[in-house]
Amino acid sequence: MTAITHRPLGGHLVTKPFLILGLFVLIAAYFILRRFLFGMGDVSNMSNGYPIGTWVVLDVVIGTAFGCGGFAMALLIYIFNRKVYHPLMRPALLGGVFGYTLAGLAVMIDLGRYWNAFNLLLPWYAQPNSVIFEVALCVMAYITVLWLEFCPAFLERMSPEIRQRFRLDRLQAFLKRYMYVLIALGVLLPTMHQSSLGSVLLILGYKLSPLWNTIWLPLLYLISALTMGYGVVMMEATLVQRTFKTPSEAALFARLARVVAGLLIGYLALRWGDLLYRGHLGLAFAGDWDGNLFLIETALFLAPIFVLLSRRRASQRWQFLAAISLLAGGSLYRLNSYLMAVQPGNGWTYFPSAPELMITIGVVCLEIMLYLLFIKTLPILHGSTTESHGRPS
Amino acid sequence: MDMSRRQFLRGAAGAVAAAAAPVAEASAPFAPREPKQLPPKAIGMLYDSTQCIGCKACVAACKDANGKPVEQPQHLAQWNESTWDTAMDISGKTLNVIRVYQNGTMAEKDREKDGYAFVKRHCLHCVDPSCISVCPVSAMQKNPTTGIVTHNPDACIGCRYCVYGCPFNVPQYQFDEPFGRIAKCQLCHHLLKDNPLFAKSDGASVPAGTSATELWKKSRIPACCDVCPTGASLFGWVEELQAEAKRRLALKPGEMYEFPRGLLGGDRPSQTAPVGHYQPHIYGEKESGGTQVRYLTGVPHEKLGLPKLPDHSFAAVSEGMQHTLYKGMIAPVVLLGGLVVLARRNARDDEGQKNDEERKNDEERPS
Repeated sequence: MTAITHRPLGGHLVTKPFLILGLFVLIAAYFILRRFLFGMGDVSNMSNGYPIGTWVVLDVVIGTAFGCGGFAMALLIYIFNRKVYHPLMRPALLGGVFGYTLAGLAVMIDLGRYWNAFNLLLPWYAQPNSVIFEVALCVMAYITVLWLEFCPAFLERMSPEIRQRFRLDRLQAFLKRYMYVLIALGVLLPTMHQSSLGSVLLILGYKLSPLWNTIWLPLLYLISALTMGYGVVMMEATLVQRTFKTPSEAALFARLARVVAGLLIGYLALRWGDLLYRGHLGLAFAGDWDGNLFLIETALFLAPIFVLLSRRRASQRWQFLAAISLLAGGSLYRLNSYLMAVQPGNGWTYFPSAPELMITIGVVCLEIMLYLLFIKTLPILHGSTTESHGRPS
Repeated sequence: MDMSRRQFLRGAAGAVAAAAAPVAEASAPFAPREPKQLPPKAIGMLYDSTQCIGCKACVAACKDANGKPVEQPQHLAQWNESTWDTAMDISGKTLNVIRVYQNGTMAEKDREKDGYAFVKRHCLHCVDPSCISVCPVSAMQKNPTTGIVTHNPDACIGCRYCVYGCPFNVPQYQFDEPFGRIAKCQLCHHLLKDNPLFAKSDGASVPAGTSATELWKKSRIPACCDVCPTGASLFGWVEELQAEAKRRLALKPGEMYEFPRGLLGGDRPSQTAPVGHYQPHIYGEKESGGTQVRYLTGVPHEKLGLPKLPDHSFAAVSEGMQHTLYKGMIAPVVLLGGLVVLARRNARDDEGQKNDEERKNDEERPS
């Protein structure tokens, strides 16, 4: 037991949940087809008052935060050298692979002139002052890095003959040798684009309530990406453990709990301190839409802090609840700052249409289907050899 | 255990220092980017709400000049095929529109209470435009001479951040088209291009001392100003329009004044009319770092959908942040360097002997 072992879970691929998920993907595919045939207005309630809808906010802004598990764990394991968490790395990475790849898919559905998307890569069209330009390039680069980081899982699964025939052993050796570069990039790139997702909002000015609009947006978005990354790892691990009866990682998470609680405290302190400093704290207690949304966010962040600092952090159930709460808080923060706390004026309102939501839901379902497919067929999850199961918890 | 803790702390200190660098830099001297200046030969418009009679000739002329279709509700379209334009606001099909402010009995024009007022909506051609700042593919451009903000659909990827970021909600995406574009007023730059002043971008072909009138006689002016019967929409050099606006503000309400029509300094007959009760503010002079369209209104501008804005552009804040974090890409490169060093050391540990902590964990496992 010197090296960490990963093994495919095996089992039936086509199960009832898998088919239900597939149905949602088919429904989404139908509406996606309509979007391309008849235009976005045919399926979406987006307007020129709210030109950014659920496809960007749920699938990209929140979706990539859910994909930050790999980023958050790599930071802890390889940068802060906490090797104990290594078993959590690959499943977290897989979540990142799909979170980001499917965010890219959602962007292609959302782009109004998608056939020009390649212009992002042409130097004569580059616009380095644009925050979105930075986000776009950085996310593209990170998707590439994620797949490269994930490559070994494929390579390990292949039979030695195939590996030899296509000289994949050399690729494997190359990736292994320079994995540290990929790991470093895998921490740098999300640091850049997750903070930039916050900077994007600075352009909104008066349209975004001062409860969210602050020059600290980049740092707040970065911290929220990290906490959501850890939250996703906790949630996924619990779900997978309960569903597939794999070894429990609860003991590991009890250690991680303090890190997460610390980050959440830092986040809340920065947010409230900044509001106090700018003299906008009164808005939080105004009792209106924006103020209440802000308080709900704060409550969703406070709850996991209390759980994760108490003795309850050892219990898998409480870890799971804390993770859900912090994911809800982080998602609400992103949803509010991109949509719900944005007032373009002129009487504009927005609520997504059913087909628009079905596309968003379909993308998420596809993500879960691919996740299930991969953990069942590829060596992702840790320690399915029986002797390593009995970790004290 | 000790060893690993020390290692951890060392790693932590390094990473925190690396990660904190851009953050600290951002917090200490964060400053918005320098404001942009009005281009040397900036052209624009002065819209005088008190002179506007709401005839919408400008809306029709704009559609003609820019090849845009009429807008109708579905039930009207069936009854009266496309002869009647009922655009409610600017949209993917409407670059310019007249809207009405209504209050109470609407007894008097340009009165806030129990009154009504007109306002013209189109691009204000900001001095420091947010749409240009957010566009990832340089589809939005500001002409360095005239300051006209144009849009290039061949570059545009349709991300709609110009729509999201514009403080005036001007760029409009055509959501009802499968291959929609961004629509916005481009100050009829296709009509202006015959003007010798703009035939070459540097304007070098124009002899010094040539008057505006002589130049404009040879070309056309933006359609909305061309057809405006009262001179409520007036085209010209921004500096001269600003002076004209100041002149009007200095007049006594009710006094008769010769309002120039079409082109400021042009040779069309003017319109003699009483001076309106102006709000003492030239909207667009300072708003959002200044715009090339200026408004004089009889009711407060907020009532007309012209938002209260600071004197700087939000683009200056956003770009200030980007330039602080990514100046010369120094911070990301330094951060990457630190990460590579740490990741290399820690990933190597992975294969060689494990650190104490891990071994301890292994021992705890009953195997």
